Amino acid sequence: MIMPLINGLKITLKHMFMKPVTLQYPDERPTPSPNFRGLHALKVSHSKAKCVCCYLCPTVCPAKCITVEAGEDQEHNKYAERYEIDMLRCIFCGYCVEACPVDALKMTGEFELANYKREDFVFVKERLLEK
Amino acid sequence: MGYEILGLPMAYYIAMVLKVLVVFVFVLLTVAYATYAERKIIGHMQVRLGPMRTGWHGLLQPIADGVKLFFKEEIIPSKADKFAFLIAPLIALVPAFIGFAVIPFGETIEVGGYKIPLQIAAYYDTASGQVVDLNVGVLYILALASIGVYGIVLAGWSSNSKYSLLGGLRSSAQMISYELAAGLAIISVFMLSESLSLQKIVADQANGAWYAFKQPLAFILFFICSIAEINRTPFDLPEAETELVSGFCTEYSSMKYAMFFMAEYANMVTVCAVTTTLFLGGWHGPSFLPGWFWFIAKVYFLIFTCMWIRATYPRYRYDQLMRLGWKVFLPLTLINIVVTGIIVSL
Repeated sequence: MIMPLINGLKITLKHMFMKPVTLQYPDERPTPSPNFRGLHALKVSHSKAKCVCCYLCPTVCPAKCITVEAGEDQEHNKYAERYEIDMLRCIFCGYCVEACPVDALKMTGEFELANYKREDFVFVKERLLEK
Repeated sequence: MGYEILGLPMAYYIAMVLKVLVVFVFVLLTVAYATYAERKIIGHMQVRLGPMRTGWHGLLQPIADGVKLFFKEEIIPSKADKFAFLIAPLIALVPAFIGFAVIPFGETIEVGGYKIPLQIAAYYDTASGQVVDLNVGVLYILALASIGVYGIVLAGWSSNSKYSLLGGLRSSAQMISYELAAGLAIISVFMLSESLSLQKIVADQANGAWYAFKQPLAFILFFICSIAEINRTPFDLPEAETELVSGFCTEYSSMKYAMFFMAEYANMVTVCAVTTTLFLGGWHGPSFLPGWFWFIAKVYFLIFTCMWIRATYPRYRYDQLMRLGWKVFLPLTLINIVVTGIIVSL
């Protein structure tokens, strides 16, 4: 009964001399893994969004956080006139990315999404475009 | 130096007051920085860093915490017993500090031709050439330790909250069961030193081996019981936040809450100082460094041990705690007394 107690003390003492794994967050930034699902981005091709406005992403979205409205350009092609994601509802499941048939959507490593106002959590098309 | 009061020069009284002030400030600083040390040590034991952002390596954290607690809103529940509610933190805090009065923390120093012992409640008797201190010093400390629990029980009762009341009652039950074992554990020390005076107990250990080696069982039992008595992890049941929210201090806020917090740490310092005095030879150590240094080093080592224990063990369940106190520690201390008695009388 006494030996396990002493062994426990030994383990904690040993840990005290190990290098801490803490990341000093605002000073040191983590690099998220390539699979990390952070903020969405609309991919750009020929200087405009690749999105063809097929409505698959809002359909598949379980949190119903994506709003898409179609528009028509001079060549009579459909494009997303309005594309909004409400980050307060988004659950970062990545279904929208998987559903997209033209590979127009991706998820970036951006994870600092805090804001002061509710309106600032709605990411409109301009904010989502790949930089 | 011209003034004399009761046949003693002013310098003597000034030295006495200084002694109290130095000890008080020292204990207060130790209490403040024990909170910091605890967060750092436990952090590193969990392979974390602990506080880092306030000052260099978070060194100003206790001061920042103090300032924060001063400016927080004070809330007194409307149905609380106001007088008891306000006085309870004081009852918890004061005994924790005044226990230090009888602890010898160094050898005698000379000021203006007068020898002054480094112990608050003591004086140097020029006739016999000996330091005279409170001859029931240990009893005084045990008495104070049991007064501290009144603060906790009163806090629990006066808050008018079921959680607080349960926390306070638990604490009193725990205190009684462990104080008994702690008191019995040090009886074997009295049997060896034949005195209750802490000066005599320390002097005895300077000549022979420390009582920690002569009475290892009593040493370990006393230390564990003391930890239980001051409600530290793994025996911090009055504050068990999972089942009792925060126990007796649920309804307390700002500085009154901080006083309970300070009382806990001051109690820890006192308990470690008492253990040092009774079992680890007090201020005695190799003579190349002054006595007070050895005393502080030993006390700090014991404080570190308390934090180490906290980082290691999970909290006891209430029935386990009671079983350990009454069915394990109490019989062990009684056996220790009998065995010591037989050895002493042989």
